[in-house]
Amino acid sequence: MTATPILELRGIDKSFGPVQVLHDVAFSVYPGEVTALVGDNGAGKSTLVKCIGGIHPIDAGEYFIEGEPVHVHSPRDAAGYGVEIVYQDLALCDNLDIVQNMFLGRERKSGLVLDEATMEEMAAKTLDGLSVRTVQSIRQLVSSLSGGQRQTVAIAKAVLWNSKIVILDEPTAALGVAQTAQVLELVRRLADNGLAVVLISHNMNDVFAVSDRIAALYLGRMAAQLKTSDITHAQIVELITSGRSGDLGLQNGNGAKA
Amino acid sequence: MTAQDSATGAAAGPAAQMPPRAGLAGWSARIARMSETWTLAILLVLVAFFSIAAPGKFFTTYDITQIAVNAAIYLVLGVGMTFVIITAGIDLSIGSILVLAAVASGEYNIHHGGAASGWGTVAVCVLIALAVGTAWGALQGALVATGKIPALIVTLGGLGAALGLAEIATGGQDPAGAASDHLQSSLGYGKLLGVPWLVVLAAAVTVVFGLVLAGTRFGNYTFAIGSNPAAARRAGIGVGRHLVKVYALMGLLAGLGSVMWLSSYGTTSIAGHSTDNLKVITAVVLGGTSLFGGRGSVLGTVIGVFIPAVLTTGLIVIGVQQYWQDVAVGAVLVAAVYIDQMRRQSRERG
Repeated sequence: MTATPILELRGIDKSFGPVQVLHDVAFSVYPGEVTALVGDNGAGKSTLVKCIGGIHPIDAGEYFIEGEPVHVHSPRDAAGYGVEIVYQDLALCDNLDIVQNMFLGRERKSGLVLDEATMEEMAAKTLDGLSVRTVQSIRQLVSSLSGGQRQTVAIAKAVLWNSKIVILDEPTAALGVAQTAQVLELVRRLADNGLAVVLISHNMNDVFAVSDRIAALYLGRMAAQLKTSDITHAQIVELITSGRSGDLGLQNGNGAKA
Repeated sequence: MTAQDSATGAAAGPAAQMPPRAGLAGWSARIARMSETWTLAILLVLVAFFSIAAPGKFFTTYDITQIAVNAAIYLVLGVGMTFVIITAGIDLSIGSILVLAAVASGEYNIHHGGAASGWGTVAVCVLIALAVGTAWGALQGALVATGKIPALIVTLGGLGAALGLAEIATGGQDPAGAASDHLQSSLGYGKLLGVPWLVVLAAAVTVVFGLVLAGTRFGNYTFAIGSNPAAARRAGIGVGRHLVKVYALMGLLAGLGSVMWLSSYGTTSIAGHSTDNLKVITAVVLGGTSLFGGRGSVLGTVIGVFIPAVLTTGLIVIGVQQYWQDVAVGAVLVAAVYIDQMRRQSRERG
């Protein structure tokens, strides 16, 4: 087990009005590992991710980066701690090219104008570093890219910023077989490069293919967080659907952990 | 999972290397995808047609100057409208903002010497016109930025309200002495090396904001917001704040347009700007700026402004009743957008 988690959450509560979405959630992410975050629809995966990303403020609980307690109140705070989130809809601008998208909101300037040459160079270097060789030109409009290429650009955008933790929200949901394999390989490569990767997925094949660790949410509670090698496909499905599997998971479906 | 190139290798070619990505390649790619080419072709065809149809009459210095002067104010308005439309917005109120700014500065001028007022008054009048335009634009921008009211409605309301305020202030009559003689003889009729100051001013505005749109963070954010506002917000761009700036810029340029109008015609022309919005929007769209946002350029708008201007002058020169201009511009507008759509579809397929 790696010594300190790079990101650790303890006792996270989050409510929207009268609805409590997250109950006392604990979550740890380690560098160089892919942590899969699984759970049924409505289990609180997206809410947890948005809390990590600073989009939703947490009601209670502690947030640690490399063991240090921190306060994250906005996406900027999260980005400042090296947390980048790639959302399912990718949030790319179709009418801008790859470089413009990768630098959106953080453009390099030389004097008053944009420093296009530096940005192109950095974008190309990042894509090369991810062994991405499938785009014809980094000046291509994003609208002309395939689904897998768009996902790649979104991921490259997230790792451009010396980020330490990259959270991917269902990166393969809309992709075909070959493109899914390509994106999963990229996910694995990010972790091998030393990043902490959180992969949200509904696809157990994907989860078992790339993850080192699996965290299962059930009705807003963290049912279990285990090494992938210590758990079977069937157990994970049980954890997702009922919150427990044998000795694992929540003991009474709505209460304390084992 | 290792043969990752197999899926997309066909598109990229085997062992697809990144093509040269020097700055020059980037620029040439950008030029290649510019949508102005078609509109420029239409403009050149029109110029060629009128030059042949009226040899020696159309393509004279006088006509070129006249066309440029006629186009100058619309060009300044069009530059602002290009930014607004690229954010997927619209501003119907520009004619009314122009009138309101003209009336505000005109009233000040009337009470500080009228036509005989001095340079100090002229300077204050210009500042008033710019401030009124900017403030009105910023107000509309703030309302658009709330996201609760469509820009079409905000600026439709603004169109009525600004014109109404101008009419209240003047009783609906164009006041005499709204422009100083100094202003008229300098900016209005004056020339710099044979080029009217109005044209010089419009050209300067065009170049400056063309560069702002194409090469700065402000321009990039304008495109990003029009392309995908949610993505822009996630990227940390203050979308609301940027929209206020864009509509304020439109207001500022409408205020500048009022100064140009007063210097050129000497009167506020309260009733004379009701179709400015449609003319300017037509020019911007002719120039290839997408009403759906995210695409467009100031260069395209320049071409788009000149098409109606060339048509007007050209039809007069060849002796056709000039009302045909409206028919022709309408037809050209529809054709230009059609061609652009076809081109875009084929590009996205490819």
